[in-house]
Amino acid sequence: MERALFIRVKFTKTGAIRYIGHLDVMRYFQKCIRRAEIDVAYTGGFSPHQIMTFASPLSVGLESQAEYMDLKLNSLTSLQEIADALNAVSVPEIRIADVGLLPENAGNAMASVAAADYAVEFRTGKVPACLAEGSGQSALDPDKCRAVIDKLLARTEIPYTKVLKKGERILDLRPGILDFHFDEERCALFLRCDASSAGNIKPIQVLESICAMEGETLAQYALLVTRLEMYTRKPAAEGEENGELIPMIGICEEHLA
Amino acid sequence: MMKTDFLALPDEILLSIDKPERYIGHEVNAVVKDLSKVQVRFAMCFPDVYEIGMSHLGIQILYDMFNSFEDTWCERVYSPWTDLDQVMREKKIPLFALESQSPVKDFDFLGITIQYEMCYTNILQVLDLSQIPLESKDRTWDVPIVIGGGPCTYNPEPIADFFDLFYIGEGETQYRALLDLYKECRAKGESREGFLRKAGCLPGIYAPSLYDVTYNRDGTIASFDPRYPEMPRKIRKEIVGALDDTYYPMKPVVPYIKCTQDRVVLEIMRGCIRGCRFCQAGELYRPVRQRSVETLKRYAMEMLKNTGHEEISLSSLSSSDYTHLPELLDYLLEECSKRHINISLPSLRIDAFSLDVMSKVQDVKKTSLTFAPEAGSQRLRDVINKGLSEEVILSGAREAFEGGWTRVKLYFMLGHPGETDEDIVGIGDLANKIAAEFFDAVPKEKRVNGRVQIVVSTSFFVPKPFTAFQWAPQCSKEQFIEKAYTCRQGIASQLNQKSIKYNWHEADVSVLEGVLARGDRRLCKVIRRAYEKGCFYDAWSEYYHHDRWMESFAECGVDPDFYTVRERPDDEIFPWDFIDCGVSRKFLLQEWHNAKEGKVTDNCAEKCSGCGAASFGVGICFASRS
Ligand code: SF4
Repeated sequence: MERALFIRVKFTKTGAIRYIGHLDVMRYFQKCIRRAEIDVAYTGGFSPHQIMTFASPLSVGLESQAEYMDLKLNSLTSLQEIADALNAVSVPEIRIADVGLLPENAGNAMASVAAADYAVEFRTGKVPACLAEGSGQSALDPDKCRAVIDKLLARTEIPYTKVLKKGERILDLRPGILDFHFDEERCALFLRCDASSAGNIKPIQVLESICAMEGETLAQYALLVTRLEMYTRKPAAEGEENGELIPMIGICEEHLA
Repeated sequence: MMKTDFLALPDEILLSIDKPERYIGHEVNAVVKDLSKVQVRFAMCFPDVYEIGMSHLGIQILYDMFNSFEDTWCERVYSPWTDLDQVMREKKIPLFALESQSPVKDFDFLGITIQYEMCYTNILQVLDLSQIPLESKDRTWDVPIVIGGGPCTYNPEPIADFFDLFYIGEGETQYRALLDLYKECRAKGESREGFLRKAGCLPGIYAPSLYDVTYNRDGTIASFDPRYPEMPRKIRKEIVGALDDTYYPMKPVVPYIKCTQDRVVLEIMRGCIRGCRFCQAGELYRPVRQRSVETLKRYAMEMLKNTGHEEISLSSLSSSDYTHLPELLDYLLEECSKRHINISLPSLRIDAFSLDVMSKVQDVKKTSLTFAPEAGSQRLRDVINKGLSEEVILSGAREAFEGGWTRVKLYFMLGHPGETDEDIVGIGDLANKIAAEFFDAVPKEKRVNGRVQIVVSTSFFVPKPFTAFQWAPQCSKEQFIEKAYTCRQGIASQLNQKSIKYNWHEADVSVLEGVLARGDRRLCKVIRRAYEKGCFYDAWSEYYHHDRWMESFAECGVDPDFYTVRERPDDEIFPWDFIDCGVSRKFLLQEWHNAKEGKVTDNCAEKCSGCGAASFGVGICFASRS
């Protein structure tokens, strides 16, 4: 039997397009792939659909530098050709950043997401006092940020009450926060956290926990969040509990960028 | 160039409303131009929510046409949904166009397509949110010229006060001349009224504020006169002669959210040969003009390529009458199956050919067969000139059942002129016979789920201008409800009633639609009053407030019954008589008399009945008949 041909596509989602919901991004790509005349594989039946999966959905309003979609193809000439063809028919706010050929045994994009990086910024006037410079609410104070982050990370448990359709559930965010620091260059908070389907953490949950710890409430629509990267794990080596985190595209045998 | 991520609404608003995608533009194929190189800005509006408005072909054609003019930038505007509407009013945010995200009030033109009467209050919503005075008389050069188009402009009088101009007929022909006139008048410093006066002399353009209406004691119209001698007494609709060489959007805008029409739409012809006496579109778009099959094949492939849509559908009033339908469908079936593209078929006449095509593109077990007999008895179908007989319906249904279909939808109207209880009970009879046909045609062991599903839907008949029934009385609300009850009883008494489901429409809305359809200028103040009482999105039953409308009529001293339940004398002057749609009043009157006598009239393909539309010199009127 011929080997199934799967590619992984990394794309950005910026500007006005941050308001396009996850399902509509999928519909967008289905149409994009037709416009680009990519030789994608279809399911059978009366309404055949393209064989594609997306990694962890991005909440409406967030921008991203690294979204991922896996596609099954019937044929492939070159990865560059796929990137160029898609970019030629895409809106400027969605750019193909990288395309890679998936190894045979790779899990699909949806199942294999392990973690994600976020840059967390604040809308003007909405910086909580515990992070803000002076008495204003517009800029971050690096020292305050560092102190508060350290205080949060020093806790053994970070209980967070998640409101579900039916009742509430208390999560512990602490094990899922993999890295959290003040990013000087960007003047933003950098957060690496669990993005797996079982333990997904949202940046807003972490920031709400900080505010709660400091006796504040996070203002509505305070955060400007950008997803910077998504990771998968290499198979765990001997003696390791978890495999090493590598960017989702890194699992590909060859890729463009 | 414009910063591409500029949005008119701040994040806090976009994140707090339903479906922000409706308001951000930035779709594939949306046209963005350099404002510094544009002389005319045209905002094209469909006064309903984005998903409905984006599905309208007419706007897409005009959007393509305007943007093909180098000096013009056409952008889109839709009615904000009720959630955003409230926010915009509270925060005084002006309504904006999607492409540039800039206020509509800064445009040169606001064009509004008017597809149904129940959107009239949404027109006021759009004007109001745009911060444009609601009435033409209060506007200055500070705001755009407000121009209406679409089927409802064939009786523009109930909304005459709200528009500076109306464009009567197909938009492809006169807009260039209108824009040139506009540029010239603005360059010369002409007054707004001066411009309207000149525009009103262009073919197809009507400037309502420059006409005076007087009324008789009994409320009917006494006279209708232009205020200036050079202005036309009759305004003749504009039509495109050859559909093969006009505008067609090869790159329609592709929305992100799922719209009502999420597919490539191929308009195969305009007009209809049939001449059903209740149907306004059938008269307005005469004569029938077809696109050539070669052109359509080319359009189909190019539009599929440019949009990436996974479905294509054919559009016309009666696609089965398109001469080259088999050739076109054969081609589409072949090309689309290669590309995994669905073909969504319009309601075709059910016969061996259409069943064969349908079985190729649909899962017969999941789809319904549609018949629109419109009336329950042959006698009444003759009155309305609907050429569909019981034999044809039953044999078509039988053939379909043998082919595996198990669901049938039947559409009827209640309240046709001269309808009796017997005609209504005939609806149940017909549905029952179709069910019987199923049990007879399909042996027990082959019945999927063991049964057939027949859904009967009735709407209430509303007489429209430029039809044979423009003289006819409309039923009162009580009569409508009684008819629906009779119909339900008729169905309930059938042997196979368990296989038949019955749906009927609201009567309130049909009554109002009737008033607005055949109304005159005195309704402008009623519409305005209803809007001020909070009516809009009247086409959405959850937002329709019948009580507010009735209060508005009472407060304005206007009797809605005057426009509906009265039979109009043969020689009454109608508010829309100043429009010449090609079909003559003489022909329509003759059809009204034929209807009363139950006499049928041949369709245009069989024989020309001399309706008057041949005066356009194009289309089927000049085709050879076998
Ligand atoms: S003039 Fe004759 S052929 Fe032409 S539209 Fe009228 S009835 Fe039909």
